[in-house]
Amino acid sequence: MSTEDLTTSAYIKHHLQNLTCSIQEGHFHCAHTAEEAKAMGFWAINMDTILVSLLLGLMFLFLFSRVAKNISTGVPSGMQNFVEWVVEFIDSSVRGSFSGRSALVAPLALSIFAWIFLMNLMDLVPIDYISLITQPLGIGHFKLVPTTDPNATIGMAIGVFLLVLFYSIKVKGLGGFVGELTLQPFGKFGLPVNLFLEGVNLIAKPVSLALRLFGNMYAGEMIFILIAIMGASWVSFTFTSTLLFSSQIILSLGWAIFHILIVTLQAFIFMTLTIVYLDMAHQEHH
Amino acid sequence: MNINATLIGQTIMFALFVWFCMKFVWPPIMAALDARNKRIADGLAAAERGKNDLALAAKRSAELLREAKEKVAEIIALGDKRASEIVEEAKAQAKIEGERIVTAAKAEIEQEVFRAREHLRTQVSAVALAGAGKILGREIDAKAHNDLLDKLVAEI
Repeated sequence: MSTEDLTTSAYIKHHLQNLTCSIQEGHFHCAHTAEEAKAMGFWAINMDTILVSLLLGLMFLFLFSRVAKNISTGVPSGMQNFVEWVVEFIDSSVRGSFSGRSALVAPLALSIFAWIFLMNLMDLVPIDYISLITQPLGIGHFKLVPTTDPNATIGMAIGVFLLVLFYSIKVKGLGGFVGELTLQPFGKFGLPVNLFLEGVNLIAKPVSLALRLFGNMYAGEMIFILIAIMGASWVSFTFTSTLLFSSQIILSLGWAIFHILIVTLQAFIFMTLTIVYLDMAHQEHH
Repeated sequence: MNINATLIGQTIMFALFVWFCMKFVWPPIMAALDARNKRIADGLAAAERGKNDLALAAKRSAELLREAKEKVAEIIALGDKRASEIVEEAKAQAKIEGERIVTAAKAEIEQEVFRAREHLRTQVSAVALAGAGKILGREIDAKAHNDLLDKLVAEI
């Protein structure tokens, strides 16, 4: 964190600021303040989100593809055991929620679950540790948890939404899909109402996916920051300081343990909802 | 917290990850799992088969054992019969042999008796001669009376 203005609000703002960069007047430039980042507009990139999510995604794929390459049908051991456990868990979830047959849905669910899980897991890294690495490199802001950046969650939700649209049209045909949007629940005379209801229904899917994950992780991160502030208010061995410092240790431990649940749960919810939405896209109504 | 092009980057990344996972991660793992399932099912079926085979073999072996016992009993009975036959035969043979020996012994004894008698005869004749000589008190011409003596001897 920056050393000069160590106020509470500055600390919080610092931790909620992405490393937003864009190409301005021909050279690569990263924003130092939130206002600067905002001024960059749409054509800017949050380097931290991209970098961390890319690394985590590659890590997942590397681990799993290595196991997949050397997989044996005999007695599994170590890493293969773990990977098989995850794969079977995903497979049973997909079988439970997805009624059709698709080569895409199960690997999609696995990718979503593993990727989101790993990204969420970054929340358990103590929030100020990353600046031990980034500060010496001259990087001002670095958010380690990609899922606390709405860009990441909305990006994934858009991916899922496109798949929902694709399969809806593929399975039902363009006419069928449009018909589903316009001709129910009130028949052809209630067309505008139908379109409104079904349109909201459709749009709610990616929005709920993206905002649920983002909201949960953002709130969790915020609480980590607030807990961290308790220890940051250390002055000397006074009663208040000692109390706050020990509270930070206990609270962050408790919140981190609770967060293990949230990390897994949010990844699982995103995955399950994706499966359900794709299942709905595959099903013909009426 | 701004919405920016990161969104597009994330979507593309997401698509690529899913594609990779679908292409290189999921199918081999699933194939291996299915193959193992099949192997386990096969193994269980084989075990079941083995169990059946074992039961069958046990039944068969019991049958064989029973048959063998029967055969053994039969053989023993046959052996017993043969043994008693042999004993009977031996007894008969021994009887014949004994009879033969007895006959031979009897013949020999007879012969011996005959020989002894002959000997005795000659001796008796000599004794008789000596006795007669002594009784008569004079010498008898043995040559002259030989015929007589022989007749006497033959009479004994």
